[in-house]
Amino acid sequence: MSKPYVTILGKAVRGLTKLRGGGTAFPGLFVERIDPNFIKSTLASLPEGVVVISGTNGKTTTTKMVVELLESQGLKVFTNRTGSNFTRGVAAALLGEIDLRGRLHADIAVLELDEAHAVHFVRTIAPRYSLILNVMRDQLDRFGEIDATTKLLKTIAQATTGTVVLNREDSRVARIHESLDTQHVSYFGLSDDLLPTFPSDDNLHGGKQHDKRPVAEVILKSFADTQATFSMSGQDISTHLKLNGIYNVFNAAAALALVRSIVGEHIDQPALITALSNVTPAFGRGESFMVDGQPIELILVKNPSGFRLGLQSFDPTGYATMIAINDNYADGRDMSWLWDVDFATLGSEGVEQVSGIRAYDMALRLQYDDIPMDSVMPHIPAALKQFLRENTDKPKRIYCTYTAMLTIRKRLGKITHVESIG
Amino acid sequence: MSAKTISILQLYPRDMNIYGDYGNALVLKRRLEWYGYDVRLLAYNQGDTFPANVDIIVGGGGQDSGQNKIKADLISIAPKLHQLADDGVPMLMICGLYQLFGEFFKTSSGDIIEGIGLLDVQTYGSTERLIGNIIIESDEFGEIIGYENHSGQTQLGATALPLGAVRLGAGNNMIDGHEGARYKNVIGSYLHGSLLPKNPRVADFLITVAITRKYGTFKHKSLDDQFAHQARKVAATRPR
Repeated sequence: MSKPYVTILGKAVRGLTKLRGGGTAFPGLFVERIDPNFIKSTLASLPEGVVVISGTNGKTTTTKMVVELLESQGLKVFTNRTGSNFTRGVAAALLGEIDLRGRLHADIAVLELDEAHAVHFVRTIAPRYSLILNVMRDQLDRFGEIDATTKLLKTIAQATTGTVVLNREDSRVARIHESLDTQHVSYFGLSDDLLPTFPSDDNLHGGKQHDKRPVAEVILKSFADTQATFSMSGQDISTHLKLNGIYNVFNAAAALALVRSIVGEHIDQPALITALSNVTPAFGRGESFMVDGQPIELILVKNPSGFRLGLQSFDPTGYATMIAINDNYADGRDMSWLWDVDFATLGSEGVEQVSGIRAYDMALRLQYDDIPMDSVMPHIPAALKQFLRENTDKPKRIYCTYTAMLTIRKRLGKITHVESIG
Repeated sequence: MSAKTISILQLYPRDMNIYGDYGNALVLKRRLEWYGYDVRLLAYNQGDTFPANVDIIVGGGGQDSGQNKIKADLISIAPKLHQLADDGVPMLMICGLYQLFGEFFKTSSGDIIEGIGLLDVQTYGSTERLIGNIIIESDEFGEIIGYENHSGQTQLGATALPLGAVRLGAGNNMIDGHEGARYKNVIGSYLHGSLLPKNPRVADFLITVAITRKYGTFKHKSLDDQFAHQARKVAATRPR
């Protein structure tokens, strides 16, 4: 079938799916079936090539940062910003951006790809740049073990034709450089003072911090509240951030290192820093809304390290807390991971509401950490309603898995303005 | 009040502690405290001195790389573990350490990792990964609910007893329909979940044996297990 036909059909399916209020990947799947070369032929025309961002934690917010930082440098960027980060999500996003002749008006594509799907993607389209964030125990029931995940990320790095940006503080990621030969390698990292704040997967499980670390292009030196200081090529830059959570701040160092590699020596530093200070978190990664004059924050949790960092980032004092745990396919079916998270920090304030398909697994976990609970109610809409009603005078925070977040967002959308993600 | 003390030893928590196996140690610790005992939670990693006066031993799963790191050390403490098991010390070994408590693990590339032969089982690596919710039925503990995630296929030897019969999932291997293995008070199993939180009967078995061995009797006051019961009910309805 000719390309314009595929494009028009795909766009039509995308329009219909949107009307139906349905998933982001479906129209992409449709196009992928009809023309497997669709993504390749469309992306191959971009003058600055393709950037792939992968790793187990923080892809979505990092991708958003990279896009906004590149835009601050005058580049027109194509991205899969709907959070549907499988290959067909890319195809679906392309359909929304191309004209009817199938042309994509962009200088560069920045794509967030799930590690397993990224491997298929890079086989077809070699990225010019790749950024590997971390390897944490994530959705293990989907991909097997952490060493297998590392292999997937290595494959992405090896397929890269230009620069590979690696996390210096994650020993599995840092070691990927040993398997590269022609690629340029750049690192982002942490100051020695901050290292203990960001335990890698090995540190979480009693391993030792590796001591020999390469020089990093961008280092997160310090942060307090919303103020962060980065060291870039030896120069210190301080800025305010609108990002919540220490892991998002570390992601900012990753984004800066990548963007500096792409833009090179002509970088407009003041514009870069202004853009960085304006970045807001991506869908569900520390978003906040106003309900009845009080803020309500949604925090996506999907693996033990992310949950730990979330609990560490957000002080529960004065907040009402809800936790919603589902075990649908997109969340991961295994509940074991809850036992790798320490909930002690919630002890002083307790948890007002526990919900989700696996609410009782979560309640059981909290019971063994002696955390007081006001209510356990698996049905999320009912639980959310009660949580809002009984905590009207307090700021609120909800830790939730992916599909639980979708339900909560939809419900909140009925009572407050929720930014569209499609 | 000078409370009685029970010591729980975690075996290789640094390298063999994946998929929340720490939950097993935590559940034993908290339940013992709720029963009125003091608890010493100890860790043994390769190269450490094996502690004296251990009352319960727990071990978890690991990556292939984790198994490689501990295998030589495990062989070196094998006589100690055999002696403790024969003396009736309760042990719970999950996944990777369950395999290495058996005779051997033969990887899919043909390498043999020698086990300590405490359980009469042999494990063969395969390319197929057995992943998902699992329910087994045990004469001793009733229904046991958990989550399995392994590529090793385990065969029971002539003297081994399984932990239970599989009702949902795979278990030891894809053919025989049984899960885990028993020897004296040692339990080997593939069940994560973690195993003990949602299966308090198994936790209380390990606790009862440990306390009875050390202090002669154990008066069982009942704990509030309603969340465990509710979580079991929900888990039993979930897809594989």
